[in-house]
Amino acid sequence: MSTGHQHRRPPFEPRSAFSPVAFHYSLLPFRFTKLDESRYVLTNFSGDYFVTERAVLVGLVKKTLTPDSSAYVELKSRHFLIDSHNAVALQLLATQYRTKQQPLSEFTGLHMFVPTLRCDNSCFYCQASRKPSTAEGFDMTESVADRGVDFMFRSPSTVLKLEFQGGEPLLNFGILRHIVERTRALSLLNGRLVNIVICSNLSFLSDEILDFCENHEVNLSTSLDGPRKLHNLNRPNVDFDSYERTCAGITRIRERLGVQRVSALVTTTRYSLNQPNEIVDEYVKQGLVSMFLRPINPYGFASRVGTPTSYSTVEWLDFYKKALDYIIHLNLKGVRLREEYTALLLRRILTPFGTGFVDLQSPAGIGISAVLFNHDGGVYPSDEARMLAEMGDRRFCLGNLLTDSYENMMLSDVLLDSLSETMTETVPNCVDCGFQPYCGADPIRHYRLQGDIVGYKPKSEFCQRHMGLFRHLIGLLERQDESTEVLMRWLN
Amino acid sequence: MLLTDKTSARWDGNPFVVRVSTDPDRPEPLRAKEALLLSPTCQTASPGFRAYLNSTDLRLQSSKPEAPVIPLPSSLSYLVDGDIVQIRPLTGDLRVIYRKGSRHNSVIVTRECNNYCLMCSQPPNETDTESASLLWDSIPLMDIDTPGLIFSGGEPSLLGQRFIELIRRAKSFLPHTALHILSNGRLFKYLNFAKDIADVHHPDIVIGIPLYSDVSHEHDEIVQAEGAFDDTVRGILNLARCGVAVELRIVITSMNSASLKRFARFVARNFPFCCNVAFMGLEPVGFAKTNIKSLWVDPVDYESGLNSALCLLEAHNIPASIYNHQLCTLRRDLWRFARQSISDWKNVFLDACQPCAVKHECCGLFSSAAEMHSRAIKTIPA
Repeated sequence: MSTGHQHRRPPFEPRSAFSPVAFHYSLLPFRFTKLDESRYVLTNFSGDYFVTERAVLVGLVKKTLTPDSSAYVELKSRHFLIDSHNAVALQLLATQYRTKQQPLSEFTGLHMFVPTLRCDNSCFYCQASRKPSTAEGFDMTESVADRGVDFMFRSPSTVLKLEFQGGEPLLNFGILRHIVERTRALSLLNGRLVNIVICSNLSFLSDEILDFCENHEVNLSTSLDGPRKLHNLNRPNVDFDSYERTCAGITRIRERLGVQRVSALVTTTRYSLNQPNEIVDEYVKQGLVSMFLRPINPYGFASRVGTPTSYSTVEWLDFYKKALDYIIHLNLKGVRLREEYTALLLRRILTPFGTGFVDLQSPAGIGISAVLFNHDGGVYPSDEARMLAEMGDRRFCLGNLLTDSYENMMLSDVLLDSLSETMTETVPNCVDCGFQPYCGADPIRHYRLQGDIVGYKPKSEFCQRHMGLFRHLIGLLERQDESTEVLMRWLN
Repeated sequence: MLLTDKTSARWDGNPFVVRVSTDPDRPEPLRAKEALLLSPTCQTASPGFRAYLNSTDLRLQSSKPEAPVIPLPSSLSYLVDGDIVQIRPLTGDLRVIYRKGSRHNSVIVTRECNNYCLMCSQPPNETDTESASLLWDSIPLMDIDTPGLIFSGGEPSLLGQRFIELIRRAKSFLPHTALHILSNGRLFKYLNFAKDIADVHHPDIVIGIPLYSDVSHEHDEIVQAEGAFDDTVRGILNLARCGVAVELRIVITSMNSASLKRFARFVARNFPFCCNVAFMGLEPVGFAKTNIKSLWVDPVDYESGLNSALCLLEAHNIPASIYNHQLCTLRRDLWRFARQSISDWKNVFLDACQPCAVKHECCGLFSSAAEMHSRAIKTIPA
């Protein structure tokens, strides 16, 4: 005990000494959108949200909420309002916003190579306009490949992702091997982490390729559309055994490389819509722990008129909700399986962290999140831009690896204009949308479907689909039941 | 177990610290900072020690030494070689400030504080001119293999640069010791001060910062200081920005027990970088004892909210733990978060605990909580 110094005596100040003065608060920036018949969702620019009744929203704006109401405290905790007691909310919001936008400072992470446009499958929904296995003139040369790798290492990103697209990349394994070996050598030299993925139908998987994947830490991603009949219908090959080949490939990778080394995605066709549970069951049967449900993209063969690919966004959302319900049901029974797009959206809704997914960025992810090198050296700011070029519209081509410099391509008007004109913070409708912090700009899709990089959102299927997804997921989160707990586990 | 007691010896002199030695043949250069513990096995007051602690009634066999001989109260008879004791000659106060064999060494940096928390277990003094200098002298006396050391208060950061120098001293003399600093973080609202800590480059340092609510008026009421929430939040952000590890500590009382999930959500969005979130049971001493009627809430009455809060943090990959909660007051799902958090010297178990199958994993109770504890305390059968 110190000598001569008495403790300061209580009493303590009562609660009233610390209570905010009623009705004296300021609003911080937020947007709101109707969630369902009775509720609204409010979001601030860092992505925190609050779901409430209309009366509370009106009370908030008219400043009639009292400090002792739970809505007041919730809204204060989530930085929707600020009162005389507290000015630090702005700093917290700024920190969250910086955190969310952090991927921008990394610049381009994903680099896609198309080693060949040839493929042995002839999917009617092919978005890449594939060429037959024996066609000539659609393979990447070594000089194109080398320049692509050099281009990739120009990106300042600390983590790079190298992804092989097609065609079927394994049909040109020689150049693929060359690219991987060169990348691994340069990544050691540059001190970069490079994650490598081959997107393949696995038809041509061999022991040699598996050894190669093991030695160079290469992961595989494949397409599995559902049970045999559906898969073979969607993804036919000459022998009508693409399902057997893909499943055999998945099994070999799981056994040889490990269960985490292969992932798969589902492309939804009209035939898929009425069998969500069967598709999910197929993933469980193959022992996969993740799946990615995606709608058909309006490029390549998928855009041909009169194909069986067409269905409405409402129909796809209905399919997605049924599949998700079933996946959650399986999780509650102890099955480990997650839907990756849902997990990605949940991270955007619930965490302060940004995600690098190309389609959901503002400014758009084209070029600054991803870039693609076509077999002929063409450089595109996204896979979709390349698909568009294969259909004859080269508007978004940034140049060619063989003739153009990094600076000229990455600073080209077509890229910079597309980025600056489509930011969701400023474009009509998005600017007022409660889901703006979770969504993103997709200029190439809007250009393809509506002839304009901004697009007219009330008629945009991208907008309709994502509004539907956000509404559904926030609704599930607000249920605060066991399915909410399953979704929370998908955050990490 | 008592850490302080009085001795009958009195003389004129300033307070000082000594390391306890049981070796009468101690190398002479070390003796000036040590007190020789006289016992039935060591009755020779060999010369040169700063003081002699006499745990026996025996008369000394040797001639009376020049340094003071201090009768050691039996309550402190547990002292062993390597422990550190503070002696106040004017009043006869003895205070054990470091025990070599303990894993819970907590030292007071200052007793002054800029908060005045309703549940403070260590009520502050208006002024404290000596804690820091005694700590300054103690650090070099501590065992170099000490696994962990807690800097506590009061509010350590009130010492300003002196506080930074104490951290540097801990790093210099105790390079392998994890340093845990309990600070309300308010003064780290000055970025340069946060930078000063980072610039020490202590290899293993965590600042444990109490945050009692996610909204300013609730936190400010609990710490009885307007503006404290804003200061603390700025401090947390500044420390994180400088790369200093931050732990958040929330003491659960009736004033915040209903909003634990809301608190966790706030932490996940605003402080995802924190290295631990500790949910702490009340220690009913000091002001907590004064205010116990308005603060007390039985853990079983907030168990559901606590569960939601921990699950939420776990989903966000933020480490979290529960301190000072007996396992029988927690659902089994939560046991993995529970830590044996109560310092050994004030840790007790009740009669019901003795046959309990999980006693060895349980934190037990604060000795001060023997009377004031959850109604759920019971024996868990094997």
